[in-house]
Amino acid sequence: MIDILSKRYLYFAISLLVIIPGLIILGVRGLPLSIDFTGGSLLEVKFAAGASLQNAELIQLYEDAGIDDAQVQTTESGTLMIRSSFLTNETRDTILNEMKSQSGGEVSVIRFDSVGPSIGAAVSSRAALAVAAAALAVVVYITFAFRKVPNAFRYGVCAIIAMIHDVAVVFSIAGFGAMLFDWQIDALFLTALLTVIGFSVQDKVVVFDRIRENSNVLRRLEYETLVNHSIVQTLQRSINTQLMTVEFLLLALALFGGITLQEFAVILLVGLFSGTYSSIFIAAPILVLWEKREWKNWFNRPATA
Amino acid sequence: MIRNLYTRLVLIVIIAALAIWVDTSDEIRIFNPFNDAVLFARDVAVRLGLDLQGGLQVLLEADVPEGTEVDADNMETARTIVENRTNALGVSENLIQLAGDTRIVGEFPGAEDSDAILDIIQQTGLLEFVDTGDYRPEEGTILQTDYIVGSTEQTAPAATPTAVAPDSSTPTPAADGTQAQTVYHTIMSGRDLRSVNVGAGPRGGAAIDFTLSSEGADIFAKHTAANVNKILAITLDKRVISAPSIDGEIPSGQGQITGEFTPESANALAVQLRYGSLPIPLKVVETRIIGPTLGEDSLQKSLLAGMIGMIIVILFMGIYYRLPGLVADLSILFYAAIAFAIFKYFHFTLTLPGIAGFLLSTGAALDANILIFERLKEELRSGRNLTQAIDQGWTRAWSSIRDSNLSAIITSGILYIFGSAFGATIVKGFSLTLALGVIISLFTAIYVTRTLLVFVLRNFKPQNLQFWFGI
Repeated sequence: MIDILSKRYLYFAISLLVIIPGLIILGVRGLPLSIDFTGGSLLEVKFAAGASLQNAELIQLYEDAGIDDAQVQTTESGTLMIRSSFLTNETRDTILNEMKSQSGGEVSVIRFDSVGPSIGAAVSSRAALAVAAAALAVVVYITFAFRKVPNAFRYGVCAIIAMIHDVAVVFSIAGFGAMLFDWQIDALFLTALLTVIGFSVQDKVVVFDRIRENSNVLRRLEYETLVNHSIVQTLQRSINTQLMTVEFLLLALALFGGITLQEFAVILLVGLFSGTYSSIFIAAPILVLWEKREWKNWFNRPATA
Repeated sequence: MIRNLYTRLVLIVIIAALAIWVDTSDEIRIFNPFNDAVLFARDVAVRLGLDLQGGLQVLLEADVPEGTEVDADNMETARTIVENRTNALGVSENLIQLAGDTRIVGEFPGAEDSDAILDIIQQTGLLEFVDTGDYRPEEGTILQTDYIVGSTEQTAPAATPTAVAPDSSTPTPAADGTQAQTVYHTIMSGRDLRSVNVGAGPRGGAAIDFTLSSEGADIFAKHTAANVNKILAITLDKRVISAPSIDGEIPSGQGQITGEFTPESANALAVQLRYGSLPIPLKVVETRIIGPTLGEDSLQKSLLAGMIGMIIVILFMGIYYRLPGLVADLSILFYAAIAFAIFKYFHFTLTLPGIAGFLLSTGAALDANILIFERLKEELRSGRNLTQAIDQGWTRAWSSIRDSNLSAIITSGILYIFGSAFGATIVKGFSLTLALGVIISLFTAIYVTRTLLVFVLRNFKPQNLQFWFGI
């Protein structure tokens, strides 16, 4: 049988290698919060062929309307995306009319999002609450579901640690995405994050359930062997469910699903992968580590176990 | 291993037939076979979200000072009024919902002219008949009146019938500059209107014919009798739309508002008067407009992506799990048919994240099958016969299927609550499809896959387990 658990410190290192750079990027650049959370406006327009305006002209046009923080960006599909502080509908109309008269052609609105500052603040606080509530609910649930296993509480805590790991991976990806593709943290990102949390727990439950079952049958085995055994038994299922089905569906969505869903699909893809990874390589090893109280040895000799 | 196998099969076939019926029609009807009367009819057309067909979404918030309690009944009234007004504009499939305590979210799929919609929603629509004495205000003048719109019941004392006595000291403005400060007396408000219609004005233009309630007619008769030759200004949201002089007593409670109306503007005004004034002023705190091209593009691409993903997954299941895999494929198609039928029947709005949620729940549906099949293979390897292995596979996999899916449902519930409070319909759409998908997937994995597999094995006894089960 494959020995997965013995290289546990290697897995922890790999995870840190993925997580830390992304979080550093986020730390340096700040969280790329979208107008869903900060309030503000996003206007995406398409100019008639040959009748476009320069970015500087657009910014000037916004300034004339009393908005002095406009940022213009050209998208892959050739449209212009202008972010600014909150626009009322009247201001938007003024700006659109100016665009038409200055460019001398039709201007079509692809998308217009405008979120008042009060809503943005309310969404942010509720979002934090939702994530916390989701995390708490699943931990309570796991502790309850595993109440008959010795040290049920440990399973809950390990599920949380692994969940934090998954959330950190998602944020790290968001950091890379923000740097490379100008991604933003919006309502869809939050939806993806909460889904990752939900499915992360789902994966842990499958592995833990096997440990629960084996600990009844194979009492005499050493704990580490027992956990390793359980991981290997569920490995095929994890690979098949996660890699072969869910990840394929999400990959198809990321590749062909159009620009609106791309970020959402990629975050789910990475997040769910991390959920599976962390069940096997984070949550289960920590259970063993806890059982053996390995931290006592951490500072006595190099951690090369 | 399964007792009433054929009952189960019949049930599955019936459910599948019903689902396919709903999936393939826009409206379902059941006729009484004896007299062809329609016994049951339901519109089951697909409802596309704004992100898929383009349109307007607005979030309205009660425009009251911070900390003010907003009455839930008033919010519901405001919601109904907004709904009535916008429906009367001829925009189809509007969705107006309360979102939290102080917000209303409105969705207008395919809406082209967002300004017209926002205008008609936001106008409070307060009609007043104002006594201006000898002063004839220009149309469009803003008059201060003594009528108060409260966030509670409208019992402004000045609007009561007893306060109608003609007042000799009716303020007469001296100059334009002081007009705004003069407070005029409101005889009555639009609440006393009983019916409102668009009619023809005296000079051929459009006008608004109204009939007053009996109470209103009394007030009106008394006032007009006592104030012949004085001016009675009619204002909407304090803005004068017409200022006729009183020619004589109007006892019937019927009258006409004339002004510079086009048929459209007369109709818009009639709509506002008919559905009453908003009990609470509303302000727009969020607007989202999605152009039609973006929506259509997203729909095509995500459907294509979904198809490709499904085909790959179906191939994988068949190749890897062989016979059970093929049965699982069948039950996945069954799952998709039921889920889609339920979305259509209960008028779920199909959104982009909804499609993603559906794909994810398909993954969950397969997960349950995979958990069972892995168990099945283990049992076969350990030397059990097929019947025992199938029983064991389902029994033993159940605890982990149950526990893992429950956590997905818990998360969906939290997402749904979060989405509802902010009118974030995309989040709601995602969580609904995900939760529903997970529940249906449990049914298909536990019930359908197993029944079909047992049925197949009863009629086809595979000898080469290595080939047919991939062990």
